[in-house]
Amino acid sequence: MAKVLVVTSGKGGVGKTTSTAALGAALAQEGQNVVVVDFDVGLRNLDLVLGAERRVVYDLINVVQGDAKLSQALIRDKRLENLSLLPASQTRDKDALTADGVSRIVTELREKFDWVICDSPAGIEKGATLAMRHADIAVIVTNPEVSSVRDSDRVIGLLDSKTERAEKGELVEKHLLITRYDTARARRGEMLKTEDVLEILSIPLLGIIPESQEVLRASNLGTPVTLSNPMSAPARAYIDAARRLRGESLVVSVPTDKRSFFGSLFARRVA
Amino acid sequence: MNLFSLFNRRSSAPVARERLQILLSHERAERGRPDLLVVLREEILAVVGRHIAVEQDKVRVKMTRDDDISTLEIDIEVPNAARARVLLHA
Repeated sequence: MAKVLVVTSGKGGVGKTTSTAALGAALAQEGQNVVVVDFDVGLRNLDLVLGAERRVVYDLINVVQGDAKLSQALIRDKRLENLSLLPASQTRDKDALTADGVSRIVTELREKFDWVICDSPAGIEKGATLAMRHADIAVIVTNPEVSSVRDSDRVIGLLDSKTERAEKGELVEKHLLITRYDTARARRGEMLKTEDVLEILSIPLLGIIPESQEVLRASNLGTPVTLSNPMSAPARAYIDAARRLRGESLVVSVPTDKRSFFGSLFARRVA
Repeated sequence: MNLFSLFNRRSSAPVARERLQILLSHERAERGRPDLLVVLREEILAVVGRHIAVEQDKVRVKMTRDDDISTLEIDIEVPNAARARVLLHA
Protein backbone atom coordinates (compact mmCIF):
# COMPACT_ATOMS: atom_id res chain seq x y z
CA MET A 1 0.00 0.00 0.00
CA ALA A 2 1.60 3.25 -1.17
CA LYS A 3 2.11 6.07 1.28
CA VAL A 4 1.89 9.74 0.43
CA LEU A 5 4.18 11.86 2.58
CA VAL A 6 4.42 15.65 2.60
CA VAL A 7 7.55 17.45 3.76
CA THR A 8 6.37 20.82 5.00
CA SER A 9 7.24 23.64 7.40
CA GLY A 10 5.53 26.93 6.64
CA LYS A 11 8.79 28.82 6.98
CA GLY A 12 11.27 28.85 4.12
CA GLY A 13 14.91 27.85 4.31
CA VAL A 14 14.57 25.34 7.14
CA GLY A 15 15.57 22.32 5.04
CA LYS A 16 12.45 20.93 3.33
CA THR A 17 14.12 20.23 0.00
CA THR A 18 17.31 18.86 1.59
CA SER A 19 15.18 16.62 3.82
CA THR A 20 12.98 15.47 0.92
CA ALA A 21 16.07 14.47 -1.07
CA ALA A 22 17.76 12.78 1.90
CA LEU A 23 14.68 10.87 3.14
CA GLY A 24 13.75 9.87 -0.42
CA ALA A 25 17.26 8.59 -1.08
CA ALA A 26 17.45 6.82 2.28
CA LEU A 27 14.17 4.99 1.62
CA ALA A 28 15.34 4.08 -1.89
CA GLN A 29 18.66 2.83 -0.47
CA GLU A 30 16.58 0.44 1.63
CA GLY A 31 15.00 -0.95 -1.52
CA GLN A 32 11.75 1.04 -1.44
CA ASN A 33 10.30 2.40 -4.66
CA VAL A 34 10.28 6.16 -4.18
CA VAL A 35 9.18 9.23 -6.12
CA VAL A 36 9.92 12.74 -4.90
CA VAL A 37 7.60 15.44 -6.24
CA ASP A 38 8.54 19.13 -6.30
CA PHE A 39 5.47 21.30 -5.62
CA ASP A 40 7.38 24.59 -5.65
CA VAL A 41 6.12 25.82 -9.01
CA GLY A 42 8.20 28.74 -10.25
CA LEU A 43 11.01 28.13 -7.75
CA ARG A 44 11.95 24.52 -8.30
CA ASN A 45 15.08 23.27 -6.57
CA LEU A 46 14.65 19.60 -5.83
CA ASP A 47 16.10 18.83 -9.29
CA LEU A 48 19.23 20.80 -8.39
CA VAL A 49 19.69 19.20 -4.97
CA LEU A 50 19.36 15.78 -6.63
CA GLY A 51 21.77 16.68 -9.44
CA ALA A 52 19.11 16.19 -12.13
CA GLU A 53 18.77 19.83 -13.25
CA ARG A 54 19.99 19.15 -16.77
CA ARG A 55 17.70 16.19 -17.31
CA VAL A 56 14.35 17.98 -16.88
CA VAL A 57 12.26 17.81 -20.05
CA TYR A 58 8.66 17.76 -18.86
CA ASP A 59 7.34 18.81 -15.47
CA LEU A 60 4.41 18.58 -13.06
CA ILE A 61 2.43 21.32 -14.85
CA ASN A 62 2.90 19.64 -18.24
CA VAL A 63 1.37 16.49 -16.75
CA VAL A 64 -1.43 18.41 -14.99
CA GLN A 65 -2.36 20.08 -18.29
CA GLY A 66 -2.11 16.88 -20.30
CA ASP A 67 0.85 18.04 -22.42
CA ALA A 68 2.97 15.11 -21.26
CA LYS A 69 2.40 11.67 -19.82
CA LEU A 70 3.53 11.01 -16.27
CA SER A 71 6.10 8.49 -17.52
CA GLN A 72 7.64 11.17 -19.76
CA ALA A 73 8.05 13.62 -16.90
CA LEU A 74 9.52 11.22 -14.33
CA ILE A 75 13.31 11.34 -14.05
CA ARG A 76 15.02 8.23 -12.73
CA ASP A 77 18.02 8.88 -10.48
CA LYS A 78 21.35 7.79 -12.01
CA ARG A 79 22.70 6.38 -8.74
CA LEU A 80 19.54 4.86 -7.27
CA GLU A 81 17.36 3.16 -9.86
CA ASN A 82 14.33 3.01 -7.56
CA LEU A 83 14.35 6.75 -6.88
CA SER A 84 12.46 9.02 -9.29
CA LEU A 85 11.85 12.74 -9.47
CA LEU A 86 8.82 14.62 -10.74
CA PRO A 87 10.12 18.18 -11.17
CA ALA A 88 8.12 21.37 -10.75
CA SER A 89 7.80 23.87 -13.56
CA GLN A 90 10.28 26.73 -13.43
CA THR A 91 8.60 29.01 -15.94
CA ARG A 92 4.91 28.62 -15.24
CA ASP A 93 2.80 30.42 -12.73
CA LYS A 94 1.75 28.50 -9.63
CA ASP A 95 -1.91 29.02 -10.56
CA ALA A 96 -1.36 26.39 -13.24
CA LEU A 97 -1.43 23.83 -10.43
CA THR A 98 -5.03 22.64 -10.05
CA ALA A 99 -6.63 20.54 -7.34
CA ASP A 100 -8.03 18.07 -9.87
CA GLY A 101 -4.71 17.74 -11.67
CA VAL A 102 -2.80 17.11 -8.44
CA SER A 103 -5.39 14.58 -7.30
CA ARG A 104 -5.11 12.68 -10.59
CA ILE A 105 -1.31 12.62 -10.51
CA VAL A 106 -1.10 11.51 -6.87
CA THR A 107 -3.54 8.67 -7.60
CA GLU A 108 -1.39 7.55 -10.53
CA LEU A 109 1.84 7.81 -8.53
CA ARG A 110 0.32 5.72 -5.71
CA GLU A 111 -0.03 2.84 -8.15
CA LYS A 112 3.61 2.99 -9.27
CA PHE A 113 5.53 3.66 -6.06
CA ASP A 114 5.76 2.64 -2.40
CA TRP A 115 6.40 6.23 -1.32
CA VAL A 116 5.19 9.47 -2.88
CA ILE A 117 7.13 12.27 -1.17
CA CYS A 118 5.77 15.76 -1.80
CA ASP A 119 8.22 18.62 -1.27
CA SER A 120 6.04 21.56 -0.22
CA PRO A 121 6.82 25.17 -1.07
CA ALA A 122 7.20 27.59 1.84
CA GLY A 123 4.14 29.52 2.96
CA ILE A 124 0.54 28.43 3.42
CA GLU A 125 -0.81 29.38 0.00
CA LYS A 126 -2.16 27.17 -2.76
CA GLY A 127 1.11 25.34 -3.53
CA ALA A 128 1.59 24.35 0.10
CA THR A 129 -2.03 23.30 0.65
CA LEU A 130 -2.04 21.25 -2.57
CA ALA A 131 1.23 19.56 -1.56
CA MET A 132 -0.35 18.42 1.73
CA ARG A 133 -3.81 17.76 0.27
CA HIS A 134 -3.51 13.96 -0.20
CA ALA A 135 -0.93 13.21 2.48
CA ASP A 136 -1.18 10.17 4.74
CA ILE A 137 1.92 11.24 6.65
CA ALA A 138 3.48 14.66 7.21
CA VAL A 139 7.05 15.44 8.14
CA ILE A 140 7.21 18.90 9.69
CA VAL A 141 10.70 20.31 9.32
CA THR A 142 11.54 22.72 12.13
CA ASN A 143 14.64 24.65 13.16
CA PRO A 144 15.07 25.19 16.91
CA GLU A 145 14.24 28.86 16.47
CA VAL A 146 11.13 30.90 17.38
CA SER A 147 9.82 31.82 13.92
CA SER A 148 10.23 28.29 12.59
CA VAL A 149 8.41 26.77 15.59
CA ARG A 150 5.57 29.25 15.26
CA ASP A 151 5.14 28.53 11.54
CA SER A 152 5.24 24.78 12.21
CA ASP A 153 2.39 25.18 14.67
CA ARG A 154 0.37 26.96 11.99
CA VAL A 155 1.10 24.21 9.46
CA ILE A 156 0.05 21.53 11.96
CA GLY A 157 -3.28 23.37 12.22
CA LEU A 158 -3.65 23.23 8.42
CA LEU A 159 -2.81 19.52 8.33
CA ASP A 160 -5.63 18.98 10.81
CA SER A 161 -8.17 20.95 8.80
CA LYS A 162 -7.33 21.37 5.11
CA THR A 163 -6.25 17.88 4.06
CA GLU A 164 -8.35 15.19 2.43
CA ARG A 165 -7.92 13.04 5.53
CA ALA A 166 -8.99 15.83 7.89
CA GLU A 167 -12.12 16.43 5.83
CA LYS A 168 -13.00 12.73 6.13
CA GLY A 169 -12.54 12.96 9.89
CA GLU A 170 -9.28 11.01 9.75
CA LEU A 171 -5.87 12.11 10.93
CA VAL A 172 -2.72 12.82 8.99
CA GLU A 173 0.12 11.08 10.82
CA LYS A 174 2.45 13.90 11.87
CA HIS A 175 6.17 13.69 12.59
CA LEU A 176 8.61 16.34 13.73
CA LEU A 177 12.02 16.56 12.08
CA ILE A 178 14.33 19.03 13.81
CA THR A 179 17.08 20.28 11.52
CA ARG A 180 20.20 22.43 12.04
CA TYR A 181 20.39 21.31 15.66
CA ASP A 182 23.48 22.28 17.63
CA THR A 183 23.76 20.10 20.74
CA ALA A 184 26.42 22.26 22.36
CA ARG A 185 24.46 25.50 21.96
CA ALA A 186 21.25 23.87 23.21
CA ARG A 187 23.13 22.60 26.24
CA ARG A 188 24.42 26.10 26.96
CA GLY A 189 20.89 27.51 26.81
CA GLU A 190 21.57 29.41 23.58
CA MET A 191 19.18 27.36 21.47
CA LEU A 192 15.79 25.74 22.09
CA LYS A 193 16.25 22.15 23.19
CA THR A 194 14.56 19.24 21.47
CA GLU A 195 12.41 18.79 24.58
CA ASP A 196 11.23 22.43 24.36
CA VAL A 197 10.19 22.10 20.72
CA LEU A 198 8.48 18.77 21.39
CA GLU A 199 6.59 20.17 24.34
CA ILE A 200 5.40 23.21 22.40
CA LEU A 201 4.37 21.39 19.22
CA SER A 202 3.38 18.09 20.87
CA ILE A 203 3.83 15.79 17.88
CA PRO A 204 6.11 12.72 17.85
CA LEU A 205 9.78 13.12 16.99
CA LEU A 206 11.06 11.56 13.76
CA GLY A 207 14.66 12.65 14.07
CA ILE A 208 17.18 15.36 14.83
CA ILE A 209 19.51 16.44 12.05
CA PRO A 210 22.62 18.08 13.48
CA GLU A 211 24.02 21.28 11.96
CA SER A 212 26.76 20.03 9.65
CA GLN A 213 29.00 21.16 6.81
CA GLU A 214 28.13 17.92 5.04
CA VAL A 215 24.65 19.22 4.17
CA LEU A 216 26.02 22.15 2.13
CA ARG A 217 28.66 19.90 0.58
CA ALA A 218 25.94 17.48 -0.54
CA SER A 219 23.86 20.21 -2.20
CA ASN A 220 27.01 21.63 -3.84
CA LEU A 221 27.56 18.20 -5.37
CA GLY A 222 23.91 17.59 -6.26
CA THR A 223 23.85 14.37 -4.24
CA PRO A 224 21.59 13.58 -1.28
CA VAL A 225 23.69 13.60 1.89
CA THR A 226 22.84 9.93 2.57
CA LEU A 227 24.71 9.09 -0.67
CA SER A 228 27.50 11.68 -0.66
CA ASN A 229 28.72 10.69 2.79
CA PRO A 230 26.57 7.94 4.36
CA MET A 231 28.70 7.82 7.51
CA SER A 232 28.39 11.55 8.24
CA ALA A 233 26.26 12.69 11.18
CA PRO A 234 23.37 14.18 9.13
CA ALA A 235 23.30 11.14 6.82
CA ARG A 236 23.03 8.77 9.77
CA ALA A 237 20.27 10.92 11.26
CA TYR A 238 18.33 10.86 7.98
CA ILE A 239 18.82 7.11 7.52
CA ASP A 240 17.46 6.48 11.02
CA ALA A 241 14.53 8.83 10.35
CA ALA A 242 13.71 6.90 7.16
CA ARG A 243 13.76 3.64 9.12
CA ARG A 244 11.37 5.14 11.67
CA LEU A 245 9.04 6.14 8.83
CA ARG A 246 8.97 2.47 7.87
CA GLY A 247 7.82 1.61 11.36
CA GLU A 248 11.05 0.67 13.13
CA SER A 249 11.29 2.01 16.65
CA LEU A 250 14.79 3.34 17.16
CA VAL A 251 15.95 5.52 20.03
CA VAL A 252 16.43 9.08 18.78
CA SER A 253 19.94 10.43 19.29
CA VAL A 254 21.92 13.29 17.80
CA PRO A 255 24.76 11.76 15.80
CA THR A 256 28.06 13.67 15.84
CA ASP A 257 30.68 13.95 13.13
CA LYS A 258 33.73 13.80 15.35
CA ARG A 259 34.01 10.48 17.09
CA SER A 260 36.27 11.90 19.80
CA PHE A 261 36.03 10.82 23.40
CA PHE A 262 33.98 13.90 24.25
CA GLY A 263 31.95 13.57 21.08
CA SER A 264 30.85 10.06 21.95
CA LEU A 265 30.12 11.14 25.51
CA PHE A 266 27.72 13.79 24.25
CA ALA A 267 26.01 11.68 21.57
CA ARG A 268 23.52 10.85 24.23
CA ARG A 269 19.85 9.97 24.14
CA VAL A 270 17.55 12.92 23.81
CA ALA A 271 14.09 11.48 23.52
CA MET B 1 30.78 42.86 26.16
CA ASN B 2 32.54 43.32 29.48
CA LEU B 3 33.31 40.66 32.03
CA PHE B 4 30.25 41.54 34.10
CA SER B 5 27.81 41.14 31.24
CA LEU B 6 29.48 37.86 30.34
CA PHE B 7 28.61 36.40 33.73
CA ASN B 8 25.28 38.15 33.90
CA ARG B 9 24.13 37.00 30.48
CA ARG B 10 20.97 35.02 30.93
CA SER B 11 20.60 32.12 28.57
CA SER B 12 18.17 33.07 25.81
CA ALA B 13 16.56 29.69 25.06
CA PRO B 14 14.23 29.76 28.12
CA VAL B 15 13.05 33.22 26.99
CA ALA B 16 12.32 31.86 23.52
CA ARG B 17 10.44 28.93 25.00
CA GLU B 18 8.29 31.14 27.23
CA ARG B 19 7.51 33.63 24.46
CA LEU B 20 6.47 30.80 22.14
CA GLN B 21 4.24 29.18 24.73
CA ILE B 22 2.35 32.43 25.36
CA LEU B 23 2.12 33.36 21.68
CA LEU B 24 0.98 29.96 20.49
CA SER B 25 -1.69 29.60 23.16
CA HIS B 26 -3.18 32.85 21.82
CA GLU B 27 -2.82 31.89 18.18
CA ARG B 28 -4.37 28.47 18.75
CA ALA B 29 -7.36 30.08 20.50
CA GLU B 30 -7.64 32.54 17.64
CA ARG B 31 -7.72 29.73 15.12
CA GLY B 32 -10.53 28.09 17.08
CA ARG B 33 -12.65 31.25 16.95
CA PRO B 34 -14.68 30.58 13.78
CA ASP B 35 -15.60 27.27 15.37
CA LEU B 36 -16.90 29.11 18.45
CA LEU B 37 -19.65 30.61 16.30
CA VAL B 38 -20.52 27.18 14.95
CA VAL B 39 -20.79 25.82 18.51
CA LEU B 40 -22.86 28.81 19.64
CA ARG B 41 -25.21 28.41 16.70
CA GLU B 42 -25.73 24.70 17.41
CA GLU B 43 -26.35 25.23 21.11
CA ILE B 44 -28.71 28.18 20.64
CA LEU B 45 -30.62 26.21 18.04
CA ALA B 46 -30.94 23.29 20.48
CA VAL B 47 -32.23 25.49 23.32
CA VAL B 48 -34.71 27.44 21.20
CA GLY B 49 -35.74 24.25 19.42
CA ARG B 50 -36.97 22.81 22.71
CA HIS B 51 -39.75 25.39 22.78
CA ILE B 52 -40.28 26.56 19.22
CA ALA B 53 -39.86 24.73 15.94
CA VAL B 54 -36.99 26.54 14.22
CA GLU B 55 -35.47 25.76 10.86
CA GLN B 56 -31.72 25.17 10.73
CA ASP B 57 -31.00 27.89 8.20
CA LYS B 58 -33.15 30.48 9.96
CA VAL B 59 -30.62 30.98 12.74
CA ARG B 60 -27.81 33.48 12.18
CA VAL B 61 -25.03 34.13 14.67
CA LYS B 62 -22.64 36.99 14.05
CA MET B 63 -19.82 38.41 16.11
CA THR B 64 -18.24 41.80 15.47
CA ARG B 65 -15.26 43.12 17.34
CA ASP B 66 -14.43 46.77 17.62
CA ASP B 67 -11.93 48.57 19.79
CA ASP B 68 -14.20 49.26 22.76
CA ILE B 69 -17.25 47.10 22.12
CA SER B 70 -17.84 43.60 20.82
CA THR B 71 -21.27 42.57 19.62
CA LEU B 72 -22.77 39.14 19.47
CA GLU B 73 -25.82 39.23 17.27
CA ILE B 74 -28.24 36.31 17.16
CA ASP B 75 -31.01 36.42 14.61
CA ILE B 76 -33.68 33.74 14.73
CA GLU B 77 -36.58 33.63 12.34
CA VAL B 78 -39.62 32.03 13.97
CA PRO B 79 -42.38 30.67 11.73
CA ASN B 80 -46.08 31.47 12.22
CA ALA B 81 -45.30 34.22 14.66
CA ALA B 82 -43.92 37.67 14.67
CA ARG B 83 -40.25 37.60 13.70
CA ALA B 84 -38.32 37.25 16.91
CA ARG B 85 -35.06 39.04 17.12
CA VAL B 86 -32.64 38.60 19.93
CA LEU B 87 -29.83 41.03 20.27
CA LEU B 88 -27.19 40.61 22.91
CA HIS B 89 -24.58 43.23 23.51
CA ALA B 90 -21.47 42.15 25.33
